[in-house]
Amino acid sequence: MAMATDVPKDGFRLSMLIYDTRYRSYTIQLVVLVLFALAVAWLLNNTVQNLAARGKEFNYAFLWQRAGYDIGQQLIPYTNDSTHFRALLVGLINTLVVAFLGCIFATILGVVVGVLRLSNNWLVSRLMTIYVETFRNVPLLLWILLSYVILSEVTPLPRDFRVTDEMEAAGEAPNASMILFDTVAVTNRGTNIPSPLFERGLGTLDLGFMTLNLTFWAVVAVIAGSVFVNRRILASARAAQAATGLRPVTWWKSILVLFAPVIALLVAMGFHLEIPELKGFNFAGGILVAHSFTALLIALTLYTAAFIAEIVRAGIQAISRGQSEAAFALGLRPNRTMSLIILPQALRVIIPPLISQYLNLTKNTSLGIAVSYLDLRGTLGGITLNQTGRELECMLLMMLIYLTISLSISTVMNLYNKSVQLKAR
Amino acid sequence: MSETHAQTVTFVRDTMLPPVAPPVGERGAVKWLRENLFSTPLNIALTVLGVVAIWWLVSSSLPWWLNSVWNASSLGECRQIVAANAGEGATGACWAMIRERWHQFLFGFYPPSQWWRPILAFGLLFGALAPVLFAGQKRSLTVLLGAVLVFLLITLYLAGAPGVPFALAIALVLGMLALAQMQPGRLLWFTLIYPALCFWLLWGGSVWSPIVAMAGFGVLYAVFRLASPMIGLAPAAGVGIVVAVLWWLYAEGPVVSVVQGVLPFALQSINSDQFGGFLLAIVIGVTGIAFSLPIGILLALGRQSDMLIVKTLSVGFIEFIRGVPLITLLFTASLLLQYFLPPGTNFDIILRVIILVTFFAAAYLAEVIRGGLAALPRGQYEAADALGLDYWRAQRLIILPQALKVSIPAIVSTFIGLFKDTTLVAFVGLMDPLKGVTQIVRADINWKGIYWEPYIFVGVIFFVICFGMSRYSMYLERKLKTDHR
Repeated sequence: MAMATDVPKDGFRLSMLIYDTRYRSYTIQLVVLVLFALAVAWLLNNTVQNLAARGKEFNYAFLWQRAGYDIGQQLIPYTNDSTHFRALLVGLINTLVVAFLGCIFATILGVVVGVLRLSNNWLVSRLMTIYVETFRNVPLLLWILLSYVILSEVTPLPRDFRVTDEMEAAGEAPNASMILFDTVAVTNRGTNIPSPLFERGLGTLDLGFMTLNLTFWAVVAVIAGSVFVNRRILASARAAQAATGLRPVTWWKSILVLFAPVIALLVAMGFHLEIPELKGFNFAGGILVAHSFTALLIALTLYTAAFIAEIVRAGIQAISRGQSEAAFALGLRPNRTMSLIILPQALRVIIPPLISQYLNLTKNTSLGIAVSYLDLRGTLGGITLNQTGRELECMLLMMLIYLTISLSISTVMNLYNKSVQLKAR
Repeated sequence: MSETHAQTVTFVRDTMLPPVAPPVGERGAVKWLRENLFSTPLNIALTVLGVVAIWWLVSSSLPWWLNSVWNASSLGECRQIVAANAGEGATGACWAMIRERWHQFLFGFYPPSQWWRPILAFGLLFGALAPVLFAGQKRSLTVLLGAVLVFLLITLYLAGAPGVPFALAIALVLGMLALAQMQPGRLLWFTLIYPALCFWLLWGGSVWSPIVAMAGFGVLYAVFRLASPMIGLAPAAGVGIVVAVLWWLYAEGPVVSVVQGVLPFALQSINSDQFGGFLLAIVIGVTGIAFSLPIGILLALGRQSDMLIVKTLSVGFIEFIRGVPLITLLFTASLLLQYFLPPGTNFDIILRVIILVTFFAAAYLAEVIRGGLAALPRGQYEAADALGLDYWRAQRLIILPQALKVSIPAIVSTFIGLFKDTTLVAFVGLMDPLKGVTQIVRADINWKGIYWEPYIFVGVIFFVICFGMSRYSMYLERKLKTDHR
């Protein structure tokens, strides 16, 4: 029987740092660390020298100076007298709004296209293949520029909407008309949509550093409350089903709880829509949505949806046929098979790549600069940077913000991913 | 009934009736239509919707395509011709714009007398790629090199290339064709010298600077071979790199000027701001692709490594690059590098952009390759260890071939993404085909208001290149497939 012998304990020699695998990794790590530290020191030293040579110093005080430029789309109050920091916030919100809406629309469109691409219908699946391949193989920038150009050059002028007395007398229609029951007007200056107005709004609350729109937050609070109560109702129904085997009827309760309080609140506050009207040479009233926003949203949605469609298709195809056959053998109807058997399993395959598509979409909103959409890149990394000349501070702050957004999205989505993954014991 | 034999029964069928054709609804086109287009009410609705969509697309765009105008000097003239040919109010494409400006879309402001240089570089690119794309397949190699030869013959003639480089280029490709018949493996040497050749062709200047720069690699190799028997592989490689860097930093300039003084041989040098259009996109895209793959592999290995510091640095680099938009990195290239580099350094903007684009793609590739590494069963690593292979041999012979094979589709889609992202260089003032050139064309008073034509032209070229890449990846996947599923 062979005896295991101890490794002979030689004295430590310097050459062991290179030739002995036990110590080599320490040597390598030390070398890497020193090189890295040297590189960082070199970069920092250069930066300090360059800043000194230019007579600049590294600080963020400029954020509290007057910005002095206007931003077209502002979801929080902003004037050109506000600070650069305020402009940054406006830009950040614009980025997040496009990213959020884009993710929602792209997911809906992508899922529909992905499912249709697998359909038995020869014509529809071919059409969807053409859509996916066209959008995936052409740069996003082209779609953004093209949608912007089409929106601003093909749409009618506001004056084309005018109905003059002679035209009325002759019974002629104007050159252009509003869409969606005469509530939305698409002109070459932007899209005019109705704006919500309240006769008896709750006013605003001034907190010193920011003002709260109480009307808006009241609606949000009521909706959140309704959703919470609805979840309680569903939970108690599930408990009843588990205890007695009979599920109480809940659909009317859900509808009542979800919609009645909001409608009551809106009616109580005197909610109505202000519809844009042609006054003089332009539309007045309502909200003017700039074409840069619409074009960016359309392009991002169509482009990302093509990628999501492929992800959804791959996810559904990854589920073996035996799963759906087994479900049919159990007597489940096709829609129940889809919702109970296929989708929960497909989601596991779909979600990780979907996260990276959401991240890509968020990062791609920075292309809004091509159509002068003032997002974070346009305010902080654009006009503020050019006005103050503080490239280093602006770029570092902007990268930090984008990094934070990306990391938070991936954290949230990874949590969701964990909740749908297989629970392995 | 066991006593009933065939012979005892009164009737036995000995010939079969001829089979009857299936009912009309179950054969031919009708069956296909029924199964593929009209199987369920939902399907019928989808088919109707699809037909309506196609009808709408065709009816609104077909006249536009049919009324295309190829000869005009302005958009107004185009519209007049369309109105004269097809009647008032008809729409028509105005391809005359492409006819007049195609060279800006392809070359930017590259001087027309020198167009043969990018054309030659583009043709030879495929010569250099051939041994990589179709390793050891004589037939495919011959076909590709033959196509390169024909392409170069025609386009160089059209571009009016001077006689000597024309003859040299054709001789070079013919030589490669001959080599492909005899020793296809040797073609890789051309791939190795191609980067220097391409750089010299595109930017011009003295022929000696790329040659001396490439000689740096020769110096590295020579030092490595001389030193490795004495001090071992890793230290020898380190010494070689140090010597090569010293060569590039201190010896290159003087050597080039001396040799150039003795043998003056140079091409007209072209400034980076004259590059534009697809020339720029392809230069950035191809260089980025070529350099990002090795960096990406190293980063992926670093991320999988057991060494804490190496791993942390790799993870930090990858997550940082993946967390910020490419535009901010490009702005770093154009605005911030002047802060990070020693005062007074200023190097070419295209080179700066290429470096940042390469890092960007490398971080994405690293994640893709990490996926491939993670998909390998543990046993492969253990088997490599059991065979006594050291780390690099195990990676090179066992791990990476399998991991890269698994991740081919994702690697190629990263490459496609990189190529599409080259359009973003427009934001740092370079003339990409989409925003840069199209903006210039659309700002011209003659072509003001034209939008479909330039975007369709550029979009189709991008589509062809990207679609081609994705098809190649599918071919490669099939070729390398070794499992039996």
